[in-house]
Amino acid sequence: MDALMIFGQGIFGGIWPAVWTLIKIVLIVAPLMLGVAYLTLAERKVIGFMQVRIGPNRVGPWGLIQPIADGLKLLLKEIIVPSKSSKGIFLIAPMLAIAPALAAWAVIPFTDTLVLANIDASLLYIMAITSIGVYGVILSGWASNSKYAFLGAMRSAAQMVSYEIAMGFSLICVLMVSNSLNLIDIVNAQDQGRFASWGLSFLSWNWIPLFPMFIVYLISGTAELNRAPFDVAEGESEIVAGFHIEYSGMAFALFFLAEYANMILVAALTSIMFMGGWLSPVGFLPDGILWLFAKMSFVLFLFLWFRATFPRYRYDQLMRLGWKVFVPICLVWLVVVGVWMMSPLTIWK
Amino acid sequence: MGSMKEIFNSLLLKELLKGMSVTGKYFFARKITVQYPEEKTPQSSRFRGLHALRRYPNGEERCIACKLCEAICPAMAITIEAEPRDDGSRRTTRYDIDLTKCIFCGFCEEACPVDAVVETRVFEYHGEKRGDLYYTKQMLLANGDRYEDQIAQDRQLDAPYR
Repeated sequence: MDALMIFGQGIFGGIWPAVWTLIKIVLIVAPLMLGVAYLTLAERKVIGFMQVRIGPNRVGPWGLIQPIADGLKLLLKEIIVPSKSSKGIFLIAPMLAIAPALAAWAVIPFTDTLVLANIDASLLYIMAITSIGVYGVILSGWASNSKYAFLGAMRSAAQMVSYEIAMGFSLICVLMVSNSLNLIDIVNAQDQGRFASWGLSFLSWNWIPLFPMFIVYLISGTAELNRAPFDVAEGESEIVAGFHIEYSGMAFALFFLAEYANMILVAALTSIMFMGGWLSPVGFLPDGILWLFAKMSFVLFLFLWFRATFPRYRYDQLMRLGWKVFVPICLVWLVVVGVWMMSPLTIWK
Repeated sequence: MGSMKEIFNSLLLKELLKGMSVTGKYFFARKITVQYPEEKTPQSSRFRGLHALRRYPNGEERCIACKLCEAICPAMAITIEAEPRDDGSRRTTRYDIDLTKCIFCGFCEEACPVDAVVETRVFEYHGEKRGDLYYTKQMLLANGDRYEDQIAQDRQLDAPYR
């Protein structure tokens, strides 16, 4: 590693730190894009299996080349810009959707040392960046000059704002018990406690003491992602395809990439906040990045499972769930956790 | 009391978990996909596919140009012109079925008093231009000649029910 640093310094001189950061960004984004590609295949396979079908299996063995074929097709297709749209905004919107989805990865810790930017307010950064994602959706709906796109954008905006609150509350509980906004500290805090000292660290992860918040986070995460059963922003049966109805080719692919990159992001966040990140569940196995990937795969599988199981929420039911169920539950549990921490029964010291 | 129970059930996501257990079970179920070009579903002997005009064993065409099929065809896909032949028998000079109009209802088959026009089990045919699916008398007779064995066998199977 040191040799690499000296070598880079020799070639690039003063701009080496910037080049090194760019290399690290590529090292995160390239596998992420590959993950997105194969998540689409996994989704089609899992949903197929749950519908007693076998899913795509024609392109390559078990359909393994399918995502590449899909990607090539989208790349080669024409981007149609509606003549009455605001062309600038129309083309900027997909970029606005994907940029935050990728930017949020800057602070995701893969292990306690493997992180692009170890900043103290990383949880705050995540909350801020993921909220920006809604602009891509709103602007695409506005710029398309189509009623379906507009309706989809309005729905999505209201939905994301509502669920952001429940999500924020559940994360407040996490940062209360771990006493930090730094994601690495949050994971490390989960490695302490009675069960962890017995070598059963999975029992001292946040998902048990904060179980209601874990569920709330998982469900509002699904809602944040505009995924089934909360995909009213797309709502094929009522508003055709919602906000991305006028998009084609690579512009559409960017929305698609953003959605799936966000899925992987929420899976990573759930693993980090509630399931102990890279920590191994039992004492005798070493911690490592593979545990994080295993937990992320589990959460991603849950998202696919939800989509294969649940019908779409009606819009007013969705708002009711966000405001009248999740927000009160969060407020109550916030107080419960606060009292618990102050009481002699506390498990967080 | 009942409403309390309901609130608890919905808070514990009872029905959602029930739904997920159903899809979770099906995840491991044996898949029923028929992988078409390699595998095919069984076909009925009454399958209504590509049309054919049959002949008697002596090579004489069966059709007597009664035009019942043309009359009953709900899609008006059949066009028939007829003239007396040199030996005085009534025969078609033109018997066209436009397969782009045909709805494969099988009425022509039902209407035919001499079992001349039939629908075969063939469904894997195609046309690359629209005109390719306009079947003339020669093409229909050729179909009949090619699939006669299967057609005769299927009529035999169905005979007790007619």
